[in-house]
Amino acid sequence: MSTTVSSSKPGKPQPGGKGPDTRAAAVSAKPVTWKTPVLLTAFGLVALVFFGLLAPTQTASFGISTGSDFFQLPAVEVNAFAGGLVLSILLLGLSGYAVYLKTKDRHVPGWLTVAFIVLFTAAFLIWVVGGARTPSISLAGLIAGSVTLAVPLVFGSLSGVLCERVGVVNIAIEGQLLGGAFTAAIVASVTQNPLIGLLAAAVAGAVVSMVLALFSIKYLVNQIIVGVVLNVLVSGVTGFLFSTVMQEDSDRFNSPPGLDAIEIPVLSGIPIIGPILFRQSLVGYLMYIAVLVVWVGLFKTRWGLRVRAVGEHPQAADTLGINVNATRFWNVTLGGAVAGIGGSFFTLVAIDSFTKEISGGRGFIALAALIFGRWNPIGAFFAALLFGFADNLQSIVTIIGTPVPSQFMAMLPYLVTVLAVAGLVGKSRGPAASGIPYVKG
Amino acid sequence: MVRVLKLELRGITKRFGSLLANDHINLVVEPGQIHCLLGENGAGKSTLMNVLYGLYEPSEGEILIDDKPVSFRGPGDAMAAGIGMVHQHFMLVPVFTVAENVALGAEPTKAARFLDLDATRSRIKEISDQYGFDVDPDALVEDLPVGVQQRVEIIKALVRNANVLILDEPTAVLTPQETDELLDIMRQLKASGTSIVFISHKLREVKEVSDTITVIRRGKVVGTADPAASTTDLASMMVGRAVSLVLDKAPARPQEKTFEVRDLTVIAPNGQHVVDGLSLDISRGEILAVAGVQGNGQTELTEAILGLQERVSGSVRLDGKELVGRSVKEVLDAGVGFVPEDRKVDGLVGTFSVAENLVLDLYDKPPFAKGISMSPAKIMENAKARIGEFDVRTPSAAAAAGTLSGGNQQKLVMARELSRPLRLFIASQPTRGVDVGSIEFLHRRIVAERDQGTPVMIVSTELDEVMELADRIAVLYKGKLVGVVPAGTSRDVLGLMMAGIPPEEHSHSPQAGQAAGRTTINTSDAEGGDHA
Amino acid sequence: MPEKHPPKHAANEPAGNAQEATSADESTAAVVSVDTAGGAMEPSAVPATAQSGQLPGGPDTLLRRIFTGSGMVSVLAVLLALIIGGLLIASTDERVATAAGYFLARPTDFLTAVWDAATRSYLALFQGSVFNPRGNSVAAQFAPFMETLTIATPLITAGLGVALAFRAGLFNIGAQGQIIVAGILAAWVGFALHLPLGLHLLLVLVAGIIGGAFWGGLVGLLKARTGAHEVILTIMFNYIALYFLRYLLNTPAFQRPGEANPISPILDPTAVYPQIFGTQYRLHLGFLLAIAATVVVWWLLNRSTVGFEFRAVGANPKAAQTAGINVSRSTILVMALAGGLAGMSGVAQVAGTEKVLTDGVAATYGFDAITVALLGRSTPWGTFAAGLLFGAFRAGAVQMQIQTGTPIDIVLVVQSLIVLFIAAPPLVRAIFGLNPRRRKPARAARSREAATTGGAA
Repeated sequence: MSTTVSSSKPGKPQPGGKGPDTRAAAVSAKPVTWKTPVLLTAFGLVALVFFGLLAPTQTASFGISTGSDFFQLPAVEVNAFAGGLVLSILLLGLSGYAVYLKTKDRHVPGWLTVAFIVLFTAAFLIWVVGGARTPSISLAGLIAGSVTLAVPLVFGSLSGVLCERVGVVNIAIEGQLLGGAFTAAIVASVTQNPLIGLLAAAVAGAVVSMVLALFSIKYLVNQIIVGVVLNVLVSGVTGFLFSTVMQEDSDRFNSPPGLDAIEIPVLSGIPIIGPILFRQSLVGYLMYIAVLVVWVGLFKTRWGLRVRAVGEHPQAADTLGINVNATRFWNVTLGGAVAGIGGSFFTLVAIDSFTKEISGGRGFIALAALIFGRWNPIGAFFAALLFGFADNLQSIVTIIGTPVPSQFMAMLPYLVTVLAVAGLVGKSRGPAASGIPYVKG
Repeated sequence: MVRVLKLELRGITKRFGSLLANDHINLVVEPGQIHCLLGENGAGKSTLMNVLYGLYEPSEGEILIDDKPVSFRGPGDAMAAGIGMVHQHFMLVPVFTVAENVALGAEPTKAARFLDLDATRSRIKEISDQYGFDVDPDALVEDLPVGVQQRVEIIKALVRNANVLILDEPTAVLTPQETDELLDIMRQLKASGTSIVFISHKLREVKEVSDTITVIRRGKVVGTADPAASTTDLASMMVGRAVSLVLDKAPARPQEKTFEVRDLTVIAPNGQHVVDGLSLDISRGEILAVAGVQGNGQTELTEAILGLQERVSGSVRLDGKELVGRSVKEVLDAGVGFVPEDRKVDGLVGTFSVAENLVLDLYDKPPFAKGISMSPAKIMENAKARIGEFDVRTPSAAAAAGTLSGGNQQKLVMARELSRPLRLFIASQPTRGVDVGSIEFLHRRIVAERDQGTPVMIVSTELDEVMELADRIAVLYKGKLVGVVPAGTSRDVLGLMMAGIPPEEHSHSPQAGQAAGRTTINTSDAEGGDHA
Repeated sequence: MPEKHPPKHAANEPAGNAQEATSADESTAAVVSVDTAGGAMEPSAVPATAQSGQLPGGPDTLLRRIFTGSGMVSVLAVLLALIIGGLLIASTDERVATAAGYFLARPTDFLTAVWDAATRSYLALFQGSVFNPRGNSVAAQFAPFMETLTIATPLITAGLGVALAFRAGLFNIGAQGQIIVAGILAAWVGFALHLPLGLHLLLVLVAGIIGGAFWGGLVGLLKARTGAHEVILTIMFNYIALYFLRYLLNTPAFQRPGEANPISPILDPTAVYPQIFGTQYRLHLGFLLAIAATVVVWWLLNRSTVGFEFRAVGANPKAAQTAGINVSRSTILVMALAGGLAGMSGVAQVAGTEKVLTDGVAATYGFDAITVALLGRSTPWGTFAAGLLFGAFRAGAVQMQIQTGTPIDIVLVVQSLIVLFIAAPPLVRAIFGLNPRRRKPARAARSREAATTGGAA
């Protein structure tokens, strides 16, 4: 090390200009950096100081069971000080291991990061609840609520996965969600059938996506521009029709019948996981199926292999007879349909009518989840859960009265994403050809 | 490998806008032959093969297989017809495994279109065993050395039962040893009935392996040749005139050493030592050519000198000043002129005007700027002067540099770098992709710079260019200096050195070589100043 | 002459190269400026604007560009967007619906109704944004135009910020957040400090610009140091800024005493922009500053070494770096400048039109700024003109809603359609039947043609 003179120059611009070979080299060359160990240690210390040493001495109580469970478990009680201290020491243990790995020039494994996030979240939760006026929350409710709030995020980020894996950046998730929400509301109202509404939402999302695909693939317009503009367009069209059509006759056009939760007998009574897995609306069940299907599809099937090839190295795919732009077009369309279903969640499950901007920026959180989940359906799913959790916690902390302003809870997904793209996820990139139109000679 | 087919191209013409890349090309590839397409860089060989492979549609002409016209709407059709291609830039997905890359596009599947990679794995094993490839189906392609990646490409074609295999400049990235192995593989393929179209501009390989040679120049077939033809004949056919292998240049008159590299090591992001403990020096008024197979540290060496590399140790001194650890700007300001190997990527901004590109690294210096205020008039004035001086063919000084031909772009970069007093001039691949007329011009300018007393470093993978320009030749292999030998060193010795074998068995040790070079140079100094 | 032409695949070639093949195509000029932002995704693949040079291009190129190129397409794009917007308005109009009921009987009724519905709204839009003949004084007649200029002010400065970043190959979606942070600082200086006239306003302005520059520069810093993508960063920073503002507005330092709503105290009279034409119009000094900012950005981009660096980095960062330009420094600097410009919009809001700080301080100006910059092709004066146009839409939409009941949202529709169409000139030309003579034959046709001619040869 001592012989290495590191100049203070800026990093080189991203590779990508010199052809596949150089880029391949750059991708494979993931240097083991200090970034992750340092970041983990910093967070570990924050946990130690705030959640441990400066923790309130109240006992935080976490309810496990709800009244409808078929057997009841007692609430878990944790002394905030002791709990915080133990967890923060564990966190520092993990970060210490990360430092050790770095000194051995090895990468920090994914499980470590995940474990760190889980423990940190737990420590944070104990601290928040322990410091509240009413230091008691229902963990079961918190988690179930998080899953519910995560549903549109999961669909949105799956749309992102489908688009980016094939090489098209999808900034229009917000528009797809909003379009889906609007269409679901109006169609379900008119037909008085939520299933048709759900289907119509998928179509609406797909239509938004087709515009994205058309402009970015056929007319080679920058994908980010199309995405940004589409969000505005969908917001404008839905807002316009909301004011002119829906508000004129909301009984007819804006009172969709909802999709109620379907309980699976017995299983839904299991504490904590029962409500999450077995007491969901149709959209909720579809979410689990979609995550699995997309994951299996991408990594185990012929379709997935081709999709990923097109997103990584379209030229190679082309030389093997794969129609790059058609693959892109249909995948982006499929992504839009998935996001559209997610949008129907707002008007068919969460609230029973459409309002302007009902998606409220969740498309961007979905985008964040996609990146935080490293372009992997399962990763995106858990990232979306984490963000749903933050969203849910935000409303809960307002109720139980903690010293943490709710605005900071709301800020959390965005802060986490900034840290992810700048630190934890670092330069590990998405599909190599994402964002680059494919032009044949 | 049962079906043997005859391939014919008739009157193939391909235009890109006003550019005629292929002009009525006729070509017949007989079954079971190695047919070489010989031509300079830019002669239109790759374009022709992309037409044959269905990637481009010909503007005119037709392709016949076994005398029946076929029309390829895409590579899929070409593959179905039994044509496989290994592209110059490999078409492999870096983050996929070998098996995934081989399977892609023709995936064996189980029920419900689930991938059956086991089937692919066993096919890879089969082919590997047959041809003695050592390829692990589960390795990630990005982790494989270039030579192995090339084999993966060949496997890809064989898995699809290619009867005709197109190899586009396959040896450009290989060491001489790897090249020999590849030639063996080609012979084996031929023996098993596969025809091969071998695209190259390297005469030795072509002569060694071909059954038929078709020479292409400026998009036209200029004739066919027998592999037994002499190298000089082939070369003159390829270049279109009698090739004078020696540039008309005066012997160097080296003065004091002003540029010294000591123990330079460059570490790539993946931890590899891409330049490894390298030391060399250049005197004023001499050209040191750095030779080697592409990818042996030449790029990193020049980038390290310029300050573009991040992890650099050792010392680079110019006029006694240390350059390591300085910013690019400081290095340029120290009087280093730099022509990067890939001018389009590193040398110019395609959408900027010619005039702007001519001040790309001088824009903030007088007379082009006062403070942060630039002077368009001065920039224009400068452009007119440089365009005239270097004979840059451009519609106007305001034309976008990207619209110029490769040769003119290179002249532009060269004009910019030589337009200020230099203490060191580095040019990487100074004539890559440049037409013959411009090559000569550029070479003369480089020699002229030398004769003004500037130390010059040329990096080239073209041995001809190295031998033509160099006063001394340094050969790199895997980031290490194999040796420094004088200008007249034979091609064979240089070839061995490029494979990493030091010239020990020959009478010149590197030191002796330098001394010898000096002596000859010092004795004849008659017309040194002529080019200045 | 026969240069080697490798297959043009965007994946591994600088986009400038792909442009080369089609450089003769008149669509280039139009596509290019929009593509500048494409650099955001992959800096090495950024084509800069064709106009980047600003060195005299000769009168004939200029003329050609106006008639066949981007100028015409821009006008047609606006027209097309207005037509589609009009159809949308008509589609929800009651009389149109009634007429549609007997369409087969009397189709002209239907068409008249459509025409009426659309023109009525657009006329109201015009009267609300440019000239209102029913005003009872000349001053009142021109009031709509003054309102347009007022609303255009923050659009122009924020648009300049987005455009400047575009030119350096950066996609700045963060004007929204930059306006908010600027608004926070400017407002605080405006209501918490009590300083003499002149100095106070100057400090408000400086605080706002610094706030925006800090928020933008932070993104530049993170991008330069960690390689994080600025699109993601700026989106996230928008939300962080918004929630931070909401938090502040609930703290004693920012919340107006005795007020339950999240709203700040009113800025001191010494801290607000003077109104240019007196109190009858809202138009304030900020508009003159926006003009000044346009001039400065023009000079910066086209006549300064800093702008040269920005443009070089935006068009080809690798070449810029090889030429000794510090890419990281340029990235940070341009984002800070972009943020500072957006910051001027924040100041225009709190010190010009609103005079208080609420969580709606940025309205949607930050997002509109993106469309403004795109419509203006990332050139300073283009952005200025686009800012005026969208300012007129915004101002007129209010009148339109009052007079005809057409919701303001129609402006969003028209605005986004304009940008989409402008970004895709071939589409616009196809719709208006203006496709150039040397059309590229369809793929299938081409191969057939090749086969037949080949057979003949």
